[in-house]
Amino acid sequence: MIIELGHYALILAFAVSIVQTIVPLVGAQKGWADWMAAANPLASLQFVLIALSFGALTYAFVTSDFSVALVVNNSHTLKPMLYKISGVWGNHEGSLLLWVLIVALFGACAAWFGGNLPVSLQARVLAVQGSIGAAFLSFMLLTSNPFLRSAFPPFDGTDLNPLLQDPGLAFHPPFLYLGYVGLSMAFSFAVAALIEGKVDAAWGRWVRPWTLAAWVFLTIGIALGSWWAYYELGWGGFWFWDPVENASFMPWLFATALLHSAIVVEKRESLKAWTILLAILGFGFSLMGTFIVRSGVITSVHAFASDPERGVYILAIFAFFTGGALTLFALRGAALEAKGVFGLISRESALVLNNVLLAVSSFVVFVGTMWPLVSELAFGRVLSVGPPFFNAAFTPFMVALAVILPVGAILPWKRGNLRRALRSMWGVALLAISLGALTWVLQTGGSMLAPIGLALGVWLVAGTLKDLWMRGGRNGVTARLRRIARLPRADWGKALAHGGLGITIFAVAAMMGWATEDIRVATIGQSFEHGGYTITLTDVRREQGPNYVTSMAYVDIHRDGALVAQLNPEKRVYPAAGMPTTEAAIDYGFTRDLYLALGDPQDGGGWALRTYIKPFANWLWGGAIIMALGGLISLTDRRYRVAAGARKAPANATPAE
Amino acid sequence: MRALLVILLLIATPVFAVQPDEILDDPALEARARVITADLRCVVCRNESVDDSNAEIARDIRLMVRERLVAGDSNAEAIQYMVDRYGEFILLNPRITGTNLLLWLAGPALLLTGLLVAVISLRRRRVTEEPLSEAEEARLAQLLDE
Repeated sequence: MIIELGHYALILAFAVSIVQTIVPLVGAQKGWADWMAAANPLASLQFVLIALSFGALTYAFVTSDFSVALVVNNSHTLKPMLYKISGVWGNHEGSLLLWVLIVALFGACAAWFGGNLPVSLQARVLAVQGSIGAAFLSFMLLTSNPFLRSAFPPFDGTDLNPLLQDPGLAFHPPFLYLGYVGLSMAFSFAVAALIEGKVDAAWGRWVRPWTLAAWVFLTIGIALGSWWAYYELGWGGFWFWDPVENASFMPWLFATALLHSAIVVEKRESLKAWTILLAILGFGFSLMGTFIVRSGVITSVHAFASDPERGVYILAIFAFFTGGALTLFALRGAALEAKGVFGLISRESALVLNNVLLAVSSFVVFVGTMWPLVSELAFGRVLSVGPPFFNAAFTPFMVALAVILPVGAILPWKRGNLRRALRSMWGVALLAISLGALTWVLQTGGSMLAPIGLALGVWLVAGTLKDLWMRGGRNGVTARLRRIARLPRADWGKALAHGGLGITIFAVAAMMGWATEDIRVATIGQSFEHGGYTITLTDVRREQGPNYVTSMAYVDIHRDGALVAQLNPEKRVYPAAGMPTTEAAIDYGFTRDLYLALGDPQDGGGWALRTYIKPFANWLWGGAIIMALGGLISLTDRRYRVAAGARKAPANATPAE
Repeated sequence: MRALLVILLLIATPVFAVQPDEILDDPALEARARVITADLRCVVCRNESVDDSNAEIARDIRLMVRERLVAGDSNAEAIQYMVDRYGEFILLNPRITGTNLLLWLAGPALLLTGLLVAVISLRRRRVTEEPLSEAEEARLAQLLDE
């Protein structure tokens, strides 16, 4: 019964989303206040209905209701509760339900917290948001219904893919979707502004928090996914340039560009058309990512539900929204007049350069991802495009971005003096280059990767600190510090995000340049040395988990006679899914991770054991978290709170997020 | 999902990336082998290099590469040997030849275009915004008169 209610709620939500698309749009066009006012309750209603539906599906998973086909295929009675719940979105249909839930959530948030928006703009934003919901709800109901019953319920399910039975699944997809779908808000604002024909500083101020929020979620989601791959896949890789990873990375690059260009709209009323275009492309790439993940046209380790029929439907959704918005842009975009004038050397120009680099690098990722398909269809040349291409073709853009960042960040608006900016960053550059050179000498030649990464990291972090220091004025140290502490939160957000980027760049280079590995047959009781550590396999035991059996190794790691860590790498077999997994054991450290993975028992006795030392691994995700934190702090900046309460009494000036 | 599980079952025989018994005694040769296999695709897997893959065929390819190196092949020859057997599909690093030039040049070409468009539009904007309109001239004159 509950399943049918959930199904019914989904159908009702679809009907509501259609009304939400049409009524406010017509109302805004004709100037009918009551029609426009319908948008808010409709958006709330749509969210409530989808939430009910989501609740019903979760209930089916939690109670292991094997009359629901989706539960049979993705769950098992013995599975731990956390994975029963995360199993809801560990499959195509359920993850789509999460997707539409978040679309509706963002729409509802715009209804609840958008009181300061002009009525017609809000109505149009909600209408566009409603149409996105309608498109995906119809897609679900027609091709991917999660509530289908099976006629003969089995006694037990076939279990979730064991690789997905991990806390990573509980958090990685929801954050990623919050990011992906969050970009739909920027898209809705862009389309609404095009219909309205007006983009001004206020628009920039409204659209920025939504983009910022989406960017924060996307950053966390990608970092979580990368960390998950790092500890789950058994050899410590953190980024594979897999099409599905690229699908999340391209919107991130566009969101980053959009974030920066929206600043120019807000502060200088310039770059309006470009910002609108970025908002459209950002969400367009989100949809393209959905297509890549769910259509199966491109081989990926992640792809689930490879079904051509679904692929065609998503392609149609993509074509409708991206094509429609771009057409609207072509018709109306030219009318968006820029007000602020700026010189070639200015903060605005630096941000344009940032945007060009980010957008082009995103297109490089796109071309690389789609090339196997294009090459086969157009030239009959079957080939692969893998990490070597992306490393070579993409990295230069990030290096260029990192090089211009600290200088661009201190250029004044309107007209700057490049020589003066360079002069104030001279010391920082010297520090970065000499530390890089020193590192290169200390590692006695070898790959230039890590030293360059270190130099860039120092350049970014120290450049950010120098920027903060200069903003403290020219008085004594205490006066300076006091002024720095009082800087607006947006400035702190900027500093953290840029510093975090520096840390991440350094960590990526260190991981790629300095990681060491050791693969050997370890016999029980014998020790071996790797990277200054003495590693001893003391035992391997067969043990029983809730829904798996495992061979668990007991490994002692000593350094200079002192015990550093006792680790238990495992090899598991999940009988229900009939699939083995490796569970690496990691000793997390500030400057290095010790990473152990257990292989097979060998014919001549002993076990295959892989030992990795991953330098500065935690810095990679730490840097990403600092970046996200910067976004969050920026989101709490006073001007958004002030703007949120501008039309009401100041007492109501609560933050919009 | 079920189809995926079946595929995973087929390929995920419990073999484990590079095995200890595959490793060559000569560290220099082994290092070369690792460089090569990291850039070769496991041809039956979804998107993994033979270096990372657990599939049987990945193991075969790893062993074959090592055989070629021991037999005295250069890196390029060993790679070509694999391409002859499995086609260009096996290369994770697409060759910079023929139609692939489009792939490799897309980035630089787009960057140049982007920069050019940016500079031109910035310059044009500066010029067009400089002259004052008639109304502004009149207002300016009025202000100056006051």
